[in-house]
Amino acid sequence: MTRKRRRLWTVLLCALGIGTATALTLTAFQDNLVFFRSPSDIARETPPPDRAFRLGGLVETGSVAREMTPEGKPNARFRVTDGPHAVSVAYTGVLPDLFREGQGVVTLGKLGPDGVFRASEVLARHDESYMPPEVADALKKSGHWNPNQGAAPPAAGWNTLETGRKGGS
Amino acid sequence: MIAELGHFALALALALSIAQSFVGLLGARWADARLMGATGPLAAGILIATGGAFACLIWSFVTNDTTVANVVMNSHSAKPLLYKVSGSWGSHEGSMVLWVLILALCGGAVAAFGQGLPSVLHARVQAVLALVGVGFLAFILATSNPFDRVWPPAPDGQGLNPILQDPGLAFHPPLLYLGYVGFAVTFAFAVAALLEGRVDAAWGRWVRPWALAAWSFLTLGIALGSWWAYYELGWGGYWFWDPVENASLLPWLAGCALLHSAVVVEKRDALKTWTVFLALLAFGLSLLGTFLVRSGVLTSVHAFANDPARGVFILGLLGCYIGGGFALFAWRAAAMVPTGIFAPLSREGALVLNNLLLCSLAAVVLAGTLYPMFADLLLGEKISVGAPFFNTATLPLVVPLVLAMAVGPLLPWKRATLWPALLRLWWVALAGVGGYFGCLAIAGARLGPALGFAAACWLIAGAGADISDRLALFSRPRAAWARAKGLPRAAWGAAIAHAGLGVMILGLAGMGLATDRLVVLHPGESAELAGNTYTLRRIEDVNGANFTARQAIIEVSRQGQPRVVLAPQKRNFPLARMTTSEAAIHTTWLADLYAVLGEEREGGAVLRLHHNPLAPWIWLGAAIMALGSALSLSDRRMRISAPVRKLAKEAVRA
Repeated sequence: MTRKRRRLWTVLLCALGIGTATALTLTAFQDNLVFFRSPSDIARETPPPDRAFRLGGLVETGSVAREMTPEGKPNARFRVTDGPHAVSVAYTGVLPDLFREGQGVVTLGKLGPDGVFRASEVLARHDESYMPPEVADALKKSGHWNPNQGAAPPAAGWNTLETGRKGGS
Repeated sequence: MIAELGHFALALALALSIAQSFVGLLGARWADARLMGATGPLAAGILIATGGAFACLIWSFVTNDTTVANVVMNSHSAKPLLYKVSGSWGSHEGSMVLWVLILALCGGAVAAFGQGLPSVLHARVQAVLALVGVGFLAFILATSNPFDRVWPPAPDGQGLNPILQDPGLAFHPPLLYLGYVGFAVTFAFAVAALLEGRVDAAWGRWVRPWALAAWSFLTLGIALGSWWAYYELGWGGYWFWDPVENASLLPWLAGCALLHSAVVVEKRDALKTWTVFLALLAFGLSLLGTFLVRSGVLTSVHAFANDPARGVFILGLLGCYIGGGFALFAWRAAAMVPTGIFAPLSREGALVLNNLLLCSLAAVVLAGTLYPMFADLLLGEKISVGAPFFNTATLPLVVPLVLAMAVGPLLPWKRATLWPALLRLWWVALAGVGGYFGCLAIAGARLGPALGFAAACWLIAGAGADISDRLALFSRPRAAWARAKGLPRAAWGAAIAHAGLGVMILGLAGMGLATDRLVVLHPGESAELAGNTYTLRRIEDVNGANFTARQAIIEVSRQGQPRVVLAPQKRNFPLARMTTSEAAIHTTWLADLYAVLGEEREGGAVLRLHHNPLAPWIWLGAAIMALGSALSLSDRRMRISAPVRKLAKEAVRA
């Protein structure tokens, strides 16, 4: 095989590799990107019902109710708030160890037609002073935390935030 | 006092590293034998200095010296000794000291084992390693000094995150770092070769052991982390495509490509430029991994709240080393003339295909890992990319990789025809088809896991076919034993590592059939899962060294025969004010019985029960891969100095 043909082969193979990787990435991105929405985002624009997204904020104080589904599975209902708005969330499963009222939480799921967010995953982080960056950002946007006035107050203090009850259910 | 000594040792290591990089580079340039000869002792000096610093750090943790800020933040006097020691690298600062210690160990190992190396190459390799060390030592001293004092001393430390107090996690970072930093050696060899403008078969033979060693450690480190996630996090999963997990997978993929292409350099003197590129890439991705984990730019369970100065510093280092390496590559790569010529269909061609697929995989994982960060920076969108993306995007690349893995080793070098190789694989294909239908017969219409079983059987039988072909087991069975003894260990190693991946896929396919059930049980009640009856006997209180726990006692029986008692716990660490779940796992090798205790309601307990078929084989497969790689490493041909020494002896005799 001549050097010229070898080089052609190499270039073709590289193009093939890069092309496949790009095509795979793009097609998979199309269906599988998960966006983050805060309760205020949802109040502004209702997301399509069939698309999963992540909802994050603080678990509203006094909103957690534990019950049983008709099939005998443990179920939890709570409200996630970012200050001005709140969304009701229903979750069937074991809540993470660090799930607490007044603390930051990120949930993955779909918004039902009744406005209740059906979570398939609830993530609370492994450190109680940790604030998920998305949640911190959402709180900044909703005007509850101005980074210029210092660090965010400790997570445990967030539950004293007053919450508007316009959005959500 | 000890802390200041450690700080001083770090500064000394920095000074020695700076000296080493000058001595090595200038010595090689001027071909000055005395300067080049100094690189070995200097490497030993750096190793002693960083080792001393690390020992001081461990001393501070073991004696619980509460005037050291790092100890106060990450340790506590009531912690078991093992976690006091492992806590020294559990924090950000300590882990960076471990990083430079392992780098110094690599430098020392190159000096010790590389006596057969040409002195110019050795000096340059040492200089590049020292340059990498300079950057990271400066980083430690400037932004994350582990020996900072606090005054007045705190009464006691704040304790280590309880979830990290685990033997698996105590050894996960050192193994992972041995892998990451091991690629610094191949990087140094690549840069030295570029400076020299020459890559030959001997270079391939020097690089491959290092790539193999780094890759084995990385395999073990990743497997240990995954195993830890499986038994400690209590989610019943083993791989979450978490950004930090991906950060360790990226250099693993690149390193895997590197050790395969180094074979081509060694045996056939081809693919030289490409191998050098891969060596740069593997270390680049290791650094990227370090940057992603240590700068806290990514949201993950591992993310530490970090100050941005560190992120910027590491990003600068990343830019310097990777930018520098690739700039040198662009400048000097043209000087390397390709010599070995091969047809597209040949062993070399198969290895090129392997490289292509592994690099495409790495590109896909990289895109999925970094895209959320860029989307946040550039578009202001908060996006996450989860398991569904990685599963759909990587599967089409893994399938041809697995198919080619059994065929490639049967192809001859230089020029091959596909048909004879395929003919020798007929029984392997039969095994694959058998695995497919066997799974369908046992588990019902589950196509994904069935394909996994087919792939596993194909790979394991394929490794067997490779060995039996080399031994001529079927054509001349009598000579097989003699041939088996003569077969180089590298051949055994390759076949074992390929079979190891098959074993791992077996475990993954089994996990595809996993079932779980969420139940609320009162004492005396029971639930069924996968043919087993789980009966809750009681819920009780237990006390541990530094925690109190609620523990559920669950009896598992099958068809009335009692099998085992599971005792999942919910632990409360008063000091860290944290609760963790301790899953109870009973493994039969055919399946894991896995139980997690949730919250308690009205006298009953919420339990999550998992039945995970073949789960332990995932990590066992990884261990087999590392074993195969170690076997290959022990091949006599790898010890390049051996023939040199023999020749030298003969010369003396003559």
